[in-house]
Amino acid sequence: MAQVSVVDVQKNFTLSLSSGDKEIRALRGASFEVAQGEIVAITGASGCGKTTMLRIIMGLDDPTGGDVYVSGKAVTGCGYDRGMVFQHAELLPWRSALDNIEFGLQMKGMSRTERRVHAEKYLNLVGLDHARDRKPHQLSGGMKQRVGIARALAIEPDVLLMDEPFSALDAQTREMLQAELLEIHAMTGKTIIIVTHDLDEAILLADRVVVMETGSVKEILNIALPRPRGPLAEMRAETEFSHNRIRLWELLHADEAKSAGGAH
Amino acid sequence: MSKSPTAKADNLVLYDAKAGARPSRRRVPFHPTLITTASVIIAVLLWEYFGRNVDPLFSSYPTAIAGKLWAMTVDGSLFKASMQSLRPLAAGFALSVVLGIPAGLLLGRFRWVEAAFGIYITAGYAMPLIALIPLFVLWFGLGFAVKVAIVTLLSFFPICINTWIGVKAVPKTLIEVGKSFVASPLAIMVNIVLPASVPYVMAGIRLAVGKAIIAMIVAEFFTAISGLGGIILTASNNFETAEMLAPIIVIMVFAVVITALLEKLERWVAPWHVETSGQRES
Repeated sequence: MAQVSVVDVQKNFTLSLSSGDKEIRALRGASFEVAQGEIVAITGASGCGKTTMLRIIMGLDDPTGGDVYVSGKAVTGCGYDRGMVFQHAELLPWRSALDNIEFGLQMKGMSRTERRVHAEKYLNLVGLDHARDRKPHQLSGGMKQRVGIARALAIEPDVLLMDEPFSALDAQTREMLQAELLEIHAMTGKTIIIVTHDLDEAILLADRVVVMETGSVKEILNIALPRPRGPLAEMRAETEFSHNRIRLWELLHADEAKSAGGAH
Repeated sequence: MSKSPTAKADNLVLYDAKAGARPSRRRVPFHPTLITTASVIIAVLLWEYFGRNVDPLFSSYPTAIAGKLWAMTVDGSLFKASMQSLRPLAAGFALSVVLGIPAGLLLGRFRWVEAAFGIYITAGYAMPLIALIPLFVLWFGLGFAVKVAIVTLLSFFPICINTWIGVKAVPKTLIEVGKSFVASPLAIMVNIVLPASVPYVMAGIRLAVGKAIIAMIVAEFFTAISGLGGIILTASNNFETAEMLAPIIVIMVFAVVITALLEKLERWVAPWHVETSGQRES
């Protein structure tokens, strides 16, 4: 059975404009499945509904129609079976790195001593032992997002959900974190769904890439790069990489031509 | 996981910090405390010089006021009056903090509370509440209780309104962090909303100090028999200008000290805000 099943999910928004309310159909019946231990990237042009999709899987938004199942259970809200990594990390600025990782464990009701030990394990996993007592404003962008990843992993979810997690980072830090994410995946075998507009990132990280267009799934690409993935620079030299890169580019550029006069 | 990438990132940060601290050209050192002190000394000297040439009925000067302050300290009247004023001030202020912060949290967090009660808070803040003092005297008499009630009333609104604004300013994404870790509404309030609005709450408390001191003095004018406000009223009725100004100086010093202490408190409870918002020492 699939770890995550998205079945005909629809989402309508009402946008208040000076010219009156406008109904936006963000998702128009999208479906796909994610197997256990798989990394799936969701990509598409701005406004295609990829972030909305992730928020519905997380339970932060309710779908207008359709269902999401995680480990066979229908999603009705947020749960500890899913961990969310936000675009800009969204750490609590008054808490240290370690205390931020402890946040989810605290909400889960874990005792103070137990959660400390647990959080330290994940702080170590993302290589931030030396920064455990630093506040977010004393961390670099990459370090913040490492804490964000550790915070989500600490609650030991079945599925890790990531909303453009590396988009705000500089190119070198981004590549470093991509490699670290692959290492974490190799170690933990987590199921990961990552929303990204970076085509290279989608191909380098994912087993499958879900390409979305105006609220529905246009195509799902299988990426046959070896797992565990080697050094990212070597992956880029693979024909499998360049082949998929071109295919993805073509799919998205067909989108742009069509939606040029659309919502965005 | 390999240590080298993070170590590399660290070096980058350190390098940047050093580069930023390196002075590119010579600058004249800036000492705000020195400037403030010099300014105060000059103002006091000017006041002393011109104050001595004015009829003591209309004004006074620093040495005369200092003399009165000394005399009132020695005979104990200043201490007694200060206590009579400070106790209701502290009680009323504490009460307004205890009522104002939770009220502001509820207004900011729950839209129906805001819709139902927001209007009274906005109206209450804009209203000349001082005008209600005669009514308060009827309700609470002329003693301790009426001073507490008036101080509470006047300082409640700035604390409540600032907390309310602060809660509204908490980024939606931080609330979503709480939700995504299945935090209850109460847990979100305590662990996210309250700490995130601390800078606003502290600003409200600082505004409220000024309001509370005004409330205390005006309340004593109306009740007339006790406290620093009582001395001011009696002295001015007797045309003792220096004696009237002496407690005003004491109140001013109180206000400055309390505000400074609150600034220290803010640095202590929300150091992240001080460091991220561009306020820096010297």
